[in-house]
Amino acid sequence: MLDSLRSTFIMLGECVKMSLSNILGNRVRSFLTVLGILIGVAAVIALITTVNGFSGSLSSSFSAMGAGTLTVTVTGSDLKSGLSTDDLATLAAMDIVDGVTPSVAMNARVSRGGSYKTGISVSGKNGYYFTRNADLLSRGRAINFTDEDNMTQVCIISTDMVEEFFYGVDPIGENLYIGSIPFMVVGLMTEEGSSNISDLMSGSPDILIPYTTALKLNSANVVTSFTVYLAPGIDSETATDQLEAELDAMFSYEEDCFEIMNMSSIEDTMQNMLNMVSALLAGIASIALIVGGIGIMNMMLTTVTERTTEIGLKKALGALPWQIQAQFLIESFLLSVIGGALGILLGLTLSLILSRVMGTSFVISTFAIVLGAGFSAAVGIIFGWAPARKASKLNPIDALRSA
Amino acid sequence: MSMKLFKRRGSPPSPADPTAQAPDAQSAFFRMEKINKFYQMGEEQAHILKDVDLALERGEYLSVLGPSGSGKSTLMNIIGCLDVANSGRYTLDGQVIEDLGEGELARIRSREIGFIFQNSQLLPRLNAQKNVELPLIYAGVPPKERRRRAREMLERVGLSDRMGHYPNQLSGGQQQRVAIARALVGNPTLLLADEPTGALDQKTGRQVMGLFRELNDEGRTIIMITHDMNIAKNARRVVHIIDGILTEGGGTADA
Repeated sequence: MLDSLRSTFIMLGECVKMSLSNILGNRVRSFLTVLGILIGVAAVIALITTVNGFSGSLSSSFSAMGAGTLTVTVTGSDLKSGLSTDDLATLAAMDIVDGVTPSVAMNARVSRGGSYKTGISVSGKNGYYFTRNADLLSRGRAINFTDEDNMTQVCIISTDMVEEFFYGVDPIGENLYIGSIPFMVVGLMTEEGSSNISDLMSGSPDILIPYTTALKLNSANVVTSFTVYLAPGIDSETATDQLEAELDAMFSYEEDCFEIMNMSSIEDTMQNMLNMVSALLAGIASIALIVGGIGIMNMMLTTVTERTTEIGLKKALGALPWQIQAQFLIESFLLSVIGGALGILLGLTLSLILSRVMGTSFVISTFAIVLGAGFSAAVGIIFGWAPARKASKLNPIDALRSA
Repeated sequence: MSMKLFKRRGSPPSPADPTAQAPDAQSAFFRMEKINKFYQMGEEQAHILKDVDLALERGEYLSVLGPSGSGKSTLMNIIGCLDVANSGRYTLDGQVIEDLGEGELARIRSREIGFIFQNSQLLPRLNAQKNVELPLIYAGVPPKERRRRAREMLERVGLSDRMGHYPNQLSGGQQQRVAIARALVGNPTLLLADEPTGALDQKTGRQVMGLFRELNDEGRTIIMITHDMNIAKNARRVVHIIDGILTEGGGTADA
């Protein structure tokens, strides 16, 4: 038993050697044969890796936009059109809440000296906002709680505004007019600007001012858009429920007065969509694998016909049918796996290039590699089976006679 | 296995060998009785072999002489266990061939029979030594022993300086000698040659025949199939086959 096992291994080892010498002996033909598998695997790998990198970038930008935050948009009721400063203080005092930052957005005509620009996006923020988004400032100081309480006329401006109004001048300490009201520039934003989701949705603001000042500019006294920063370790689902209950009470249980956006649930939805798209694309790409498999089958059938004499000879020399079958199966398996390996390399190269072009992260996906390798091995065995079987069934007499 | 090889080479078994089986009808070394073979050719049935009887002792050297279409190839296939008769009884080295399945026939071919074909039938991608190793691969012989035995056999046929050569680097005679080494390497009980000089010029043909004679002198049993009287007479015994009927042609009195 052990002896026959040993001789089986010896035989299989020889099959691998003979197959490799056949494959390498016909390099051009072998390459053309595996081209289908190569392209199929490369496409699957490139797709999965690229989508993975893209979704990695997506989730990191999502967490920058506000993991652990809830964004509330208030439409209000007839009796109450928005939240007062006291309401915001009530929300900020909740156990689940670390802090609340209102966004009071408006478009304004901005001017300095002789130049002006209309349609500039201005947003009112509070001091808390800057404690959570300290990296927003490249220079100068943030808007603080004193500015908030005193409705000071200070602003923080984007690099665009600097280029527009302060060419060759240090903007800090200078005045900028929003409408007809002068604001002193106290800080500069970084190039990237705000990544807060409510800001992004209303267009990245170019000028930030204290929100109390903004309310006064707007002649409004209520806030209709704000972001709730959750206390550490609070689950966004339960927080949404509690916040909803609190807001319901504030709006006297009227329907449709506000909407709470949970970033992590949006992210989940987007990830699911992305996964579905990538599965669909990978499915389409795997058609190439099937076509590649047919290519291998065709080549193996040709090989069996070409090597009829060799098969007959080996049978005459005592090769068993399963040994002949094993040899051809190993050959198609190796062809396919070589194609798959080349495909994995090409796919990874492609996705590396794509990730550079698209500016997404490049993460080698083990899943994609296992999938590509497994797929090509399976294709080799499935499509090699019929030709190998045909070879093993050849009658040695007919096979030798055809010489 | 290697011990057996040395023993065989050291003291070739002969009909006089006391350990050899008694040449009676039941346990002859090689015996064919009333072998019939038909081929279906469309509507008609061709009767290729008609009641062929043939018996051989160990160490005999027989040629089967017949023109093309006489059924000699079919006979060779049946002797070589590549094909099975429709009726009759064929025993080789105590085994009844008719009873065997495809796998067992392959095993018989591997252990009992060494084939030598007209066109040497070497695999072009393998060198001489690897070609000789081929039957041992299917017999599951470990690589080291395989190499040793292949080298030994190539030395035996006088090709010790050609072991790494590929078939296309060898002359026709050398190729045929590699094929003979391949037939011998499994230490078979029967060497079966089909027109072994068919593709060779007269001079190299004579050399190959000389080698056959030597092998027979060493105790090898040889059956050679040919259509050429001049080749057939190299054997110690000649049988004729014409239209599927085998007749004893006597010894090599005319040689």
